[in-house]
Amino acid sequence: MRKYVLRYAVLGYLVMLLAVPVFVIAYRTFAHGLSPVWDALSSHAAVNALELSLLITAIAVPINVIFGVATGWFLARRKMPLPWLVNAVINMPFAMSPVIIGLSVFVLYGRTGWIGTYLFAHNIPVLFTWKAMVIATVFVSLPFVVREVVPVLEEIGTEQEQAAQVLGASALQGFFRVTLPAIRWAVVYGTILTVARALGEYGAVNLVSSGFVGQGLTLPLYVDNRVNQLDPTAAYSAGLLLALLSLIILVGMTAFASRRRRQT
Amino acid sequence: MADVAIGGTLLRRRGAPLRRPVSAGIGPGLSVLYLSLLVGLPVAALISKSANVNAWSFVWHDPHTRSVLEFTFFIALAIAVLNAITGVALAWVLVRDDFPGKRIVNSLIDLPFALPTIVAGLVLLTLYGPGSPIGVNVAATRVGVLFALLFVTLPFVTRAVQPVLLSLELDVEDAAACLGAKPLTIFRRIILPAILPATLTGAALAFARALGEYGSVVLIGGNIPHTEIGSQVIANLVENGAPQAAAAVGLALIVMALLVLLVLALVTRRWSRHA
Repeated sequence: MRKYVLRYAVLGYLVMLLAVPVFVIAYRTFAHGLSPVWDALSSHAAVNALELSLLITAIAVPINVIFGVATGWFLARRKMPLPWLVNAVINMPFAMSPVIIGLSVFVLYGRTGWIGTYLFAHNIPVLFTWKAMVIATVFVSLPFVVREVVPVLEEIGTEQEQAAQVLGASALQGFFRVTLPAIRWAVVYGTILTVARALGEYGAVNLVSSGFVGQGLTLPLYVDNRVNQLDPTAAYSAGLLLALLSLIILVGMTAFASRRRRQT
Repeated sequence: MADVAIGGTLLRRRGAPLRRPVSAGIGPGLSVLYLSLLVGLPVAALISKSANVNAWSFVWHDPHTRSVLEFTFFIALAIAVLNAITGVALAWVLVRDDFPGKRIVNSLIDLPFALPTIVAGLVLLTLYGPGSPIGVNVAATRVGVLFALLFVTLPFVTRAVQPVLLSLELDVEDAAACLGAKPLTIFRRIILPAILPATLTGAALAFARALGEYGSVVLIGGNIPHTEIGSQVIANLVENGAPQAAAAVGLALIVMALLVLLVLALVTRRWSRHA
């Protein structure tokens, strides 16, 4: 009896907090049929927001995947200077509020900031353009790949890499033909998490965006903008689009979660 | 096994200078450059920006900022406690109970991590805001903020406790039951000590997340001073052209999070030494 009470209490909590709200937003979006949704999503502002989100993701994710794998490899296999400090820096984006991350980018690239002074003197606009949004996105999504890769690298050990080395493989050959295949699922999983964060980031990019509709808004910023402009259909449509993307990401996470720690 | 590992290390150390001449430092150097340019430098800039007496005196003396920081701290604490309870219950049901659709429920737990925070806020606003289909309107109240924070912090404790529960030996519980222990006693004396460190870690992560949360609370908070938490004050200060004060508030939040994490680390260390 006690078992059932706990089971349904827990399920009820989940349903009310997660499942029903997501269902209600889908229902509200299509309350007036398909065509208003299509109109809202094909408007100039919505298309622009989607393009900006994809652009930022397309730049930020490869940076974090390439440098994340490299940094993870150096942390696990080579001597990094001050490893505790490197670890602290890698984990910092998780410990900081996205708004504080946005603020630190704002301060660094602002008119009186260390880099901003130079940029403003030479008329190179970064703050309030997509460039600053990319920088903020790279910052918030930096830890995912490194943190996935390091434990797997430590777990698989160095025997295979050494075997490759003894057999005459160069360091690069050893990495691409032995190490990378062994950690590929960890890389894939970390990449999925990075994409999810890059697509959905709101707080950090909000602070460094120009806020102009149809130019400086990513999809999450556009959702917020539409809610404030009392345009629920557009807000729900864009929100549901993001929710669908994250559902795909969730399925990917579930599919790869079990594989990432297993060697092949 | 140990011999092989030692031999391997020796082999690598001896071979290293031959195989990697000057170029050996370039890779780690690039990594350090990447980290310091993208994370270290902005954070250093933030700290130097807040190194200003006026900014800190603003944080200390402005009544609104102070009350917001207090509210942020206490609601984050409440979130940590609530999550410790619901998270353990969720993990328990997912590990020890069995029902159709358990796998779907299990992957549903990660939804708050996959869903963009602003969409989480929008989703909660549709169900628990004006025009709520179930007649519950908590928009622009502190209860609404609590709902949003519960939503985004849901996975932390569950995901920390689940693997520990899975690894527990059932024999010990059976033995305790044979010796006449009641279910509650078994939970308190056998299971709880085992899952406590993981629960505390998860709760601390939830606390840190709640302390800095922004996207999910902006919509349901309704843009009024009464429901603001720390991040919203920072964003408002930046919009009003006061980045120095914003940096000071930001650092105050970071210090708060670090203090809690430090206390937790000390408690866990002391506790594991006793065990």
